[in-house]
Amino acid sequence: MSTRTILDPTGERTVAERARLARPASLAGLTVGLLDISKPRGNVFLDRLEERLVSVGASVKRYRKPTFTKPAPVDLRHEIATECHVVIEALAD
Amino acid sequence: MGAPTLPDGWVVVVKQECETCRMVVPVLRELHDAGTLTVYTQDDPSFPDTPPALHDHDLAVSWHHEIETVPTLLHVQGGVEVARTVGWLRTEWESITGLGGLGDDLPPMRPGCGSLSVDPGLVDELRVRHGASVLRSRRIDIADAEDDLELMYQRGWTDGLPVVPPTEERVLRMLTGTTRAPDEVVATVPPDLVDVTVEKVAIAAVMAGCLPEHLPWVLTAVEAACNDDFNMHGVLATTMPVGPVLVCSGPGTRRIGMNSGVNALGQGNRANSTIGRALQLVVRNVGGGRPGEVDRATHGNPGKLSYCFAEAHDTSPIGTLASQFGVPAGTDAVTVFAGGGAQCIVDQLSRTPESLASSIAGVLRAMHHTKLVMAFDAILVLGPEHARVFADGGWDRDRILFELHMRLTAPAAELERGAGGIAEGIPVGLSTADLPKFRPDGLLLAYAGGGAGLFSTLIGGWVNGDTGSKPVTRSVRY
Repeated sequence: MSTRTILDPTGERTVAERARLARPASLAGLTVGLLDISKPRGNVFLDRLEERLVSVGASVKRYRKPTFTKPAPVDLRHEIATECHVVIEALAD
Repeated sequence: MGAPTLPDGWVVVVKQECETCRMVVPVLRELHDAGTLTVYTQDDPSFPDTPPALHDHDLAVSWHHEIETVPTLLHVQGGVEVARTVGWLRTEWESITGLGGLGDDLPPMRPGCGSLSVDPGLVDELRVRHGASVLRSRRIDIADAEDDLELMYQRGWTDGLPVVPPTEERVLRMLTGTTRAPDEVVATVPPDLVDVTVEKVAIAAVMAGCLPEHLPWVLTAVEAACNDDFNMHGVLATTMPVGPVLVCSGPGTRRIGMNSGVNALGQGNRANSTIGRALQLVVRNVGGGRPGEVDRATHGNPGKLSYCFAEAHDTSPIGTLASQFGVPAGTDAVTVFAGGGAQCIVDQLSRTPESLASSIAGVLRAMHHTKLVMAFDAILVLGPEHARVFADGGWDRDRILFELHMRLTAPAAELERGAGGIAEGIPVGLSTADLPKFRPDGLLLAYAGGGAGLFSTLIGGWVNGDTGSKPVTRSVRY
């Protein structure tokens, strides 16, 4: 047969694997980032989350993607990473 | 393997089975006596007996130096070819060698024969033998007991239909369809943001069933889809049923046999069915965009296998869709649009453009939801019989678009959430004016379809503009 060797159709990328940070035992005193992906009514959900988080002693910073249809811009991701201990990204559909 | 360096002096490539090669043997003897001559023979190592020949047994010399005809006479200086003639033409041979009176008893000219290195029965094998080293992709050997088609299913490389195994032979043949280098990066493919090379696109094109002449269109489609404007990432990730719709324009669509007529948006045409499929296989296999993973469509649509058709540019009374984006007439181009399933618009009675425009507008108004406006673009594919009604009325593309937009405004109050007892709609208080159904550039006109049938087709879009996806038109680069 002439089809015994084929070429790999994938991107053949090497995936960088990074271990997740340990889950904090408590949110008290930590800064939690809330990323609104800009879907309608996502703010309603995040407002409620903020109330709950503040009530357990966390401080909250809010962020917003320019549009839900595209990945968060790298600058925004960097901003969240440097300003927060924890982030919650809400996907609404 | 690189090209073998040719020896300096005169080089002649021959084969014994060629009558012209046999005829010029006395001339070869004259050259041998007069200067530095190297003869390569393609078939019989003992031909010619004098002067002696080197056997181009693997046709490496012939392949790499692009010998298409035998005999071929080359003049080589410092390892570089400086002159070439094919067949027997005395004046050319004398000019290249600087010798007079060559082959006095021969006719002044006789055409040569085809080189073995371009023999249709050998060329694919030779391409692999001498050209496969340009391919960088990982080789995957298939065990004797394995079924190659099933292997590709198991690895998750298909769209649900069988794919053609991308062998070196097939991929190299596919690459003959473009002048672009195999290692040239075409685009960065979402969602994994992987740089895709011409070679990887060619692999997808083989798997999809493309011919080499389809490859430039596939490459153009990949470029058009993988950028921030089209936003292939979002088109994949959305729960809406959209996928990339390819509208191909220009005379090249005829050359590659695309269908713009009967059943243009349907099955049965190789180019239509495979060009769009190849794009989707690039997104799936290179970009990692697979249904159920990043592709979150609630329903999807059957066009996500391949959604590609040609415009009847040569008979269109309204020009091409590409022209709507500033591409000059006569240019081969691909427009990619984030579209869902095709919906038929029926009007078999209108004989005036005004009546027909009102009919079509009625259907367009209902696209996605009668109360949602300006958020989604659309392609309106005018069938020939509908387009004729407009053409007979003297309406061109701009007039048709203007008249449709005119008929597609509505008071904001009727569109607001809650209006008409329907919760869906635009936010309350957004506007007090009449609002258009489509943004100014949001209605795209294409022309395709069979000659019979007073129908057009609506392809509804996805979230438009900076928020979502913009249609992207690119000229085909060969």
